Amino acid sequence: MTENKYLIFLGCAIPYRVAAFEISARKTLAKLGVELVEMPEFNCCGLPLDPVSHEMMLILAARNLALAEQKGLNIITLCPGCAGTLKKVNKMLKEDKTLRDEINGHLKEAGLEFKGTAEAKHLLQVLIEDVGLERIKNSVVKPLTMLKVAEHNGCHILRPKEYIGFDDPENPKTLRTLIEATGATCLDYMDETECCGAPSVGVNDKIALQLARDKLNHVKAVDAQALITICPFCHIMYDTNEVRIEKMFNEVYGIPVLHYPQLLGLAMGLKPDELAFNELRVDASKILSNVG
Amino acid sequence: MNETVQRIIKASEFDPKFKYEISKMHGGEKLMRCFQCGTCTSDCPIARFSDTYRPRQIIRMTQLGLKDRVLKSDTLWLCASCFTCTDRCPQDVEVASVIRVLRNLAAEQGVVPQVFKEQCASVLESGYAYKIPELRLKKRESLGLPALPKGNPESICKSLNGVGFLKHIERKKV
Repeated sequence: MTENKYLIFLGCAIPYRVAAFEISARKTLAKLGVELVEMPEFNCCGLPLDPVSHEMMLILAARNLALAEQKGLNIITLCPGCAGTLKKVNKMLKEDKTLRDEINGHLKEAGLEFKGTAEAKHLLQVLIEDVGLERIKNSVVKPLTMLKVAEHNGCHILRPKEYIGFDDPENPKTLRTLIEATGATCLDYMDETECCGAPSVGVNDKIALQLARDKLNHVKAVDAQALITICPFCHIMYDTNEVRIEKMFNEVYGIPVLHYPQLLGLAMGLKPDELAFNELRVDASKILSNVG
Repeated sequence: MNETVQRIIKASEFDPKFKYEISKMHGGEKLMRCFQCGTCTSDCPIARFSDTYRPRQIIRMTQLGLKDRVLKSDTLWLCASCFTCTDRCPQDVEVASVIRVLRNLAAEQGVVPQVFKEQCASVLESGYAYKIPELRLKKRESLGLPALPKGNPESICKSLNGVGFLKHIERKKV
């Protein structure tokens, strides 16, 4: 068994308001023998500032990579936005010496240097590539065979393909496979790979919520008992905003939205309290009583 | 900023050098490859719900040199950065990156939604894009989560020295 030890990069959204993701991820990763080390210091991955300054995004991402290099560890993130940004910048700076020198000029001011010796991976990639499906299946003590759920991958775990290089953006399989490993059925539904709309919140909330509404309609149409996400922003769109969407568009959903590690944790026999189900905005007690 | 697209274009509005300016920037290199097939717009999740946001149109306006219209338009900020256009473009234009280059130029001129300024100010101040409330930090403790790693504002500001956009951010003294 290879040593699974990573620096955990939480990002901004998770500590801000998506605690259940972090709690359930830490619990399930511990069960799988993955060791997490806290980042020595933190700054935003850079993604939210790319629209205003690409240079700033590059510097912020490179800082994080440089800090991980000093620790001699690879990074695991729970947020696909963070993973995508760190991967993208890692690749860009490794391949483009001029750009690397330019960014290192900035980092030097703070006594840091990007060398390109650390990798960043999202939780999903760690689970499928480093932990492995067998170990995950073996950790399941309570198969969730009674559950029919829908998956939502989101965009940044897969796109842009050239930089992310993980799974197939047009027909992603990893999350589906990992859901099926818990014993649950993963349903097909219309427009599965459609964006949640989160990045447009704050610029045009109505358009963003219309996108989320579309998704919830499609998930409802196949009678999914829950929607499974792997991104804090997608989760905010569907869980935190579900009631808001219901009011705004006169819809009724009541679809619980779980972080994947919450689903996995249930299958591992962890209690809903341990997996922070009480942090969810949409009541999930119905599926919990199904699970027993 | 103007949400509606004016139909009549005056020849004096064209800036023939604009396309070269964009093509020289990191991410904008492939602008001139676009042959206006419209794959980006037809696959764009935002375009489905917006009456004005059309990535193909933004690319064409940029090629034509309608600099002011593009950079001052509200619609530029609607892109959700889902990268579907980038992945599906048959000419590999990296549409989302061209739009990002345009946003960067607009932001440089101070044309930028407030939300980005707030996130930038927060990063400079704390390292985090959102100000994490004290209550959250206490709650972490009660939930048995490890303390959050601290940001290092001094070091962050040092590494960001020279970034043009920062002139638009009101900075608190740290």
